[in-house]
Amino acid sequence: MDFNHYNNDGFYDEMFAHDGKPRPACKALFERLQSLSEGDLVRYQQSAERALYNMGITFRVYKDNESVDQIFPFDIIPRILGDREWRRVEKGLIQRITALNLFLQDIYNEKKILKDRIIPKDVVYSAASYRPECEGLTPLHGIWCHITGTDLVRDGSGNLCVLEDNLRCPSGASYVLENRRVMMNTFPKLFSDLRVKPVSDYAGKLLDMLQYVAPESSYTPTVVVLTPGIYNSAYFEHSFMAQQMGVELVEGRDLVVFDGYVHMRTTTGFQRVDVIYRRIDDDFIDPLTFRSDSILGVPGLFQVYKEGRVTLANAIGNGVADDKVVYAYVEKMIRYYLDEDPILPNVPTYLCWQPGDRSHVLENLDQLVVKAANESGGYGMLVGPHATQAEREAFRARIVANPRNYIAQPTLELSRVPVICGDHLEGRHVDLRPYILYGRDIYVLPGGLTRVALKKGSLVVNSSQGGGSKDTWVVMDSGTSDGTQPAETPHA
Amino acid sequence: MLSRVADAIYWMNRYMERAENTSRFIGVTLNLMLEQQDNQFNQWGSLVQVTGDYDLFVKRHGNDTSMEKVVDFLTFDLTYPSSIYSCVRAARENARSIRESISSPMWEYINRLYIKVSEQARHGTPAVLDAQSFFTDVLLAGSLFNGITDNTMSHNEAWNFSLLGRMLERADKTSRMLDVKYFILLPSLQDVGTPYDELQWIALLSSASAYEMYRKRYGRIDPRNIVGFLVLDPGFPRTMLHSVTQAEISLHQISGTPLGTYSNLAEQRLGQLRSELAFSSADDIISRGLHEFIDSFQNKVNDVDEAIFKTFFELRPMPSGE
Repeated sequence: MDFNHYNNDGFYDEMFAHDGKPRPACKALFERLQSLSEGDLVRYQQSAERALYNMGITFRVYKDNESVDQIFPFDIIPRILGDREWRRVEKGLIQRITALNLFLQDIYNEKKILKDRIIPKDVVYSAASYRPECEGLTPLHGIWCHITGTDLVRDGSGNLCVLEDNLRCPSGASYVLENRRVMMNTFPKLFSDLRVKPVSDYAGKLLDMLQYVAPESSYTPTVVVLTPGIYNSAYFEHSFMAQQMGVELVEGRDLVVFDGYVHMRTTTGFQRVDVIYRRIDDDFIDPLTFRSDSILGVPGLFQVYKEGRVTLANAIGNGVADDKVVYAYVEKMIRYYLDEDPILPNVPTYLCWQPGDRSHVLENLDQLVVKAANESGGYGMLVGPHATQAEREAFRARIVANPRNYIAQPTLELSRVPVICGDHLEGRHVDLRPYILYGRDIYVLPGGLTRVALKKGSLVVNSSQGGGSKDTWVVMDSGTSDGTQPAETPHA
Repeated sequence: MLSRVADAIYWMNRYMERAENTSRFIGVTLNLMLEQQDNQFNQWGSLVQVTGDYDLFVKRHGNDTSMEKVVDFLTFDLTYPSSIYSCVRAARENARSIRESISSPMWEYINRLYIKVSEQARHGTPAVLDAQSFFTDVLLAGSLFNGITDNTMSHNEAWNFSLLGRMLERADKTSRMLDVKYFILLPSLQDVGTPYDELQWIALLSSASAYEMYRKRYGRIDPRNIVGFLVLDPGFPRTMLHSVTQAEISLHQISGTPLGTYSNLAEQRLGQLRSELAFSSADDIISRGLHEFIDSFQNKVNDVDEAIFKTFFELRPMPSGE
């Protein structure tokens, strides 16, 4: 594979430094790729795609009245992180989750941070995802953010910043595990030479954490995964995680509340459930407390939860910390609760409810990214420089009508990685979503999911918007192998 | 285990077994057609009768029971819920909803089978000779899937629900095939021994993969022995008695109730059905009338299925007044 025509185009490239030389941690990968012919690489790519297809790691699309299963686009060239940088990311994430967890406990209980006027009261209470029902509630062990999938991006100079915290139901960890399985078949030799940090123990860590947060510790708690069902786009992940942990995957209709506990309906009668790893949003989880039209949830669940007789992971009410206006205050939270400087910075954020910020945003719509405060998944978003005049005007009207609901950020020059485009390589923009588990201690899955915007020039990496994924390798910075590269063939 | 999961496992296996049987029936009929000297008799119409869905076929295709129409109906017609494609799709949908309860190799195998059948469906019905290999593949897929199930999954409650579904489906299908074919051959009973009839009887045995094993047991082709074999042989894995006996063993493994006793409606009904078969003889059955016998057998299999649903799968309301 010839890299002569590969160009950084002035962006920070994950594989190549500005002088065009491979970064130290990427040297072995670079040499391996160079030793392959274009045909080999395309063949490896196709065999990886076929493996994912046969494994049924697919989602369903409907066209011409026919449903077709498609795999999530996957690119076999891994994204590599050196371990020195990774250790800093890990520390930064642990610091951030610790502070966010303290924040959630605080605002639903003592509200010190509001009383000390570090964050304006109105900002918290006006967040659409703030749940007054959780006032006075302390989840078991005081843990709110059991599973987090933080989105990190690089700014133009290559510094990793936090773009979103995702403390509700972050998805994607299953793709990390399955992508890795495919990659180990695709590049077995390279893999063992580089001693890539393993990810396969994630399900075990997840189960340990879920058992740790169970209401009582005198017996082995019953853990289940709660899914909206097979039509949910993340269904594969729900079933994969349940399978890997060896626990039941339940739907709302499998669960019933009586005698103050949650039970599941089994072939031999009712069985008590202690911990629910729920992949249903707050709004739909209990029609008696939240949206009464929900048919996915479990009537009466919230009451049992409130009385401490079942654990929900993640906790209800976390969404308030995902609100994009509240996000802007996370650095302040870290200083306030931990008395530390943030290790991972936020992306600079303009808050449209503040008049000064608002006029700056309205004057610079063609340069900024505007986001709705309570949306995720790449929805409700304006990428100013790529938008039409009409789209910008539509957002202007929305901001003026409801300033609380909008924030703006500079258009980041997200870093790029090489991806296979036909018979050659081109740079595409990526982010990084590491996964963090908060139980007895805080564990960060090495690497995480690299999401890549496959459309040329696009900055939107979400799978719902044409994004794909890559395996992420955390390797020693020296990135050495012995330099000899015997031919290897994928096992697939 | 969850009632919903038990239900899905049971049906996943019934659908896989159904697809396998339909492939076998079509494969055998294709063979028969190639061997048949003249077109004195249309095999394809009787094949539709075996399914019990003749009316549905007539609604779609009228009385045109040509090979093309029948094979397409039984194989690829997604509006017909028991076509091979429909069955494999339903089996996969069930598997998809319980991926966490079955083993990964089971899921991957069923997924690959679905991909294969749906790709074939897009290309349309293959020509007769190519069709042979397609139907052989689907037929083998059933056994491969059962083998993967046996070898990669604990022989626990879920596994017993698999076997229960598979065996009840098999008992039903063997009985249907016997019923229809016997009925067709009956008028010419006195002519048994003509080469053509012999082929027909062999085809009937092959429809249950039973031809070779029948020869070992009885040697000569004889209608009374064939009935005896397909209904009552305890050792051959596709006979009605064997299937029902295996189903009963699994049902008792699930509840832990000793064989010979019962603790729920499903066990009671299945126990009655098994004893009735086990203590019959081929002569009894033929003198009572084979068709009546099989008709009543099929109704009882349906009753067992209904009792299994009520006992294990139905979503019970929460206990009231507690």
